[in-house]
Amino acid sequence: MATENPGTNCLLRDGDGNDYTDLKVYQKAGGYAKLKERLTMSRDDLREEVVKANLRGRGGAGFPAGVKWGFLPKDTDKPVYLVINADEGEPGTFKDRYFLQKDPHRLLEGCILSSYAIRSNACYIYTRGEFYDEIQTIDKAIADLYEAGLLGKNILGTGYDLDIYQHPGAGAYICGEETALLESLEGKAGQPRMKPPFPAIVGLFGCPTIVNNVETIAAVPVILDMGGDNFAALGTERNGGTKLFGISGHVKKPGLYELPMGFNMKKFIYEVAGGTLDDRPLKAVIPGGSSCPMLTPDEIDIAMDFDSLKTVGSMLGTGGAIVICEPTSMIDVILRISRFYSHESCGQCTPCREGTGWLYRLIKGFKDGTARPGDIDTLYNAAEHIDGHTICALGPAAAWPVQSVVRKFRHEFEAAIQNGGLAETA
Amino acid sequence: MPFEFSKEMEARFAKVLEKYPAEHKKAALIPALYLVQEQHGYLTIDGMKYIAGRLDISASEVLNTATFYTLLRKEPHGRFHLQVCTNVSCFLRGSDDLIRMIRDKCGIGPGEMSDDRRFSCEEVQCLAACGTAPVVQVNWDYHEKLTTESFSTLLEELQSREISAPEGA
Ligand SMILES: Cc1cc2nc3c(=O)[nH]c(=O)nc-3n(C[C@H](O)[C@H](O)[C@H](O)COP(=O)(O)O)c2cc1C
Ligand code: SF4
Ligand code: FES
Repeated sequence: MATENPGTNCLLRDGDGNDYTDLKVYQKAGGYAKLKERLTMSRDDLREEVVKANLRGRGGAGFPAGVKWGFLPKDTDKPVYLVINADEGEPGTFKDRYFLQKDPHRLLEGCILSSYAIRSNACYIYTRGEFYDEIQTIDKAIADLYEAGLLGKNILGTGYDLDIYQHPGAGAYICGEETALLESLEGKAGQPRMKPPFPAIVGLFGCPTIVNNVETIAAVPVILDMGGDNFAALGTERNGGTKLFGISGHVKKPGLYELPMGFNMKKFIYEVAGGTLDDRPLKAVIPGGSSCPMLTPDEIDIAMDFDSLKTVGSMLGTGGAIVICEPTSMIDVILRISRFYSHESCGQCTPCREGTGWLYRLIKGFKDGTARPGDIDTLYNAAEHIDGHTICALGPAAAWPVQSVVRKFRHEFEAAIQNGGLAETA
Repeated sequence: MPFEFSKEMEARFAKVLEKYPAEHKKAALIPALYLVQEQHGYLTIDGMKYIAGRLDISASEVLNTATFYTLLRKEPHGRFHLQVCTNVSCFLRGSDDLIRMIRDKCGIGPGEMSDDRRFSCEEVQCLAACGTAPVVQVNWDYHEKLTTESFSTLLEELQSREISAPEGA
């Protein structure tokens, strides 16, 4: 897989024959080599490299990592925590699992460097519960680090102390939302908190906390190795570096690819991923996880970065693209998506709890043949009423794809009413 | 029946507690419930009460957390719990065929368990393996890039595998 990447292979090195879960192999490839030096660097200089790298958060929202670290209070007598979001659950997304499974030390080296930069002495990795094997892999890698003196008290004689702990999730998509994640880590139901205060001020156990995605933190050692400016230069103006892009659904070569930020989506589908399955006509693309508004084939000649996708009314999200071809019904697709959000709503806000279920049932009506003509507008309006009226972004994430499908594929809903429902498709 | 950790679980519980500040013991709740589940197969009221006592929290706090999460199970599963992802990417690559095959071969649908308790089935949400769809997780094991042929072989293998008591019995 790796050899076909038009990227630089600085993050993805799957398939080069090395088992990077082995600490020795990771070290032989240069891992941890400069750790001692970096743990004696000024913390501000270290953060400055990450700022220069234009590393936008890889969890979906794209907030610049170095800037977020700067929101921590300057003088606090409370402990500061780094929490790694390894709850990967956005449909279409399968990139963080790569690090957990194949290159755990990339993440852990990133955890050490980032914890140091933000003055933290304790880091939690919140890993989704389904990742049973990955949890063992990470636990083993952490144990190996303690044994090698690369974690714990006075790391490599630098005077810096750090503990890294892994905490398992238990099957709830909402715990990927950072404040729900913190609640879950504290042993509670995963219900998002009101913001502000933001976690940087009041986070885990009431202390200042930075939550970052796995891929964000795994990029930190890479950035320090090549220099922030050089990393930034791999991408586009405000979107530094390369990133792991996933592609799934109806393509010939689904999988994970490392590409520079701003890589062209059409090229991604037709060249990198080998084109559509059985050369079927393309119908729609979900650019980066199921919450992103869908694109039609005439919209995909676009740069894949956080700013460009906004210009066509969508988002880069997690960079996990889902490709949909004929003869799949868009009603079937949006039915799966709306069922997901309705299932995963935490239930705290009425517009989300009731609205997501309502969207699902309305869409189901189009499939089953019980929908009436006014239902298309009802569906659109119901989605509109969720957006902007909730505590967290799950509500809007449920609403946007529905709105985009109704806008762009209205004829399918009309046909479903006329034909009295949908035939089975796949 | 009152629940108590086995010796092995007791040792693992002690390790879990080390991860969290002493004044935030409740943070150990989910990991502790996993230990109960591993020992007993699923969570009983007694198991949850036991954990409440060990973490100095109320039983209702335990119940509130336990009922929120799908992987914390309140009833036993079959020996082989077939968790079929039917979210978008898996749907596009034929997950409905896998559900049909489970119906044909094991006689059960989502939410059901076979009479001999060998199989249970559940539709699950995205398993973060969409690039290798369709995906089925059997207990904790991922099976990826499934085809109707490879899934049929897998089910036959599970059907003929020697098992002692069903998990959670
Ligand atoms: C409903 C919902 C689910 C989310 N799921 C995830 C997730 O699985 N992984 C993740 O890293 N971020 C997820 N996020 C984003 C996080 O809230 C947070 O922005 C992110 O972890 C910050 O890390 P980053 O700045 O490194 O991207 C989710 C957000 C929402 C609203
Ligand atoms: S928007 Fe939905 S998931 Fe988010 S807090 Fe409100 S009810 Fe919970
Ligand atoms: S949609 Fe099935 S693994 Fe993601």
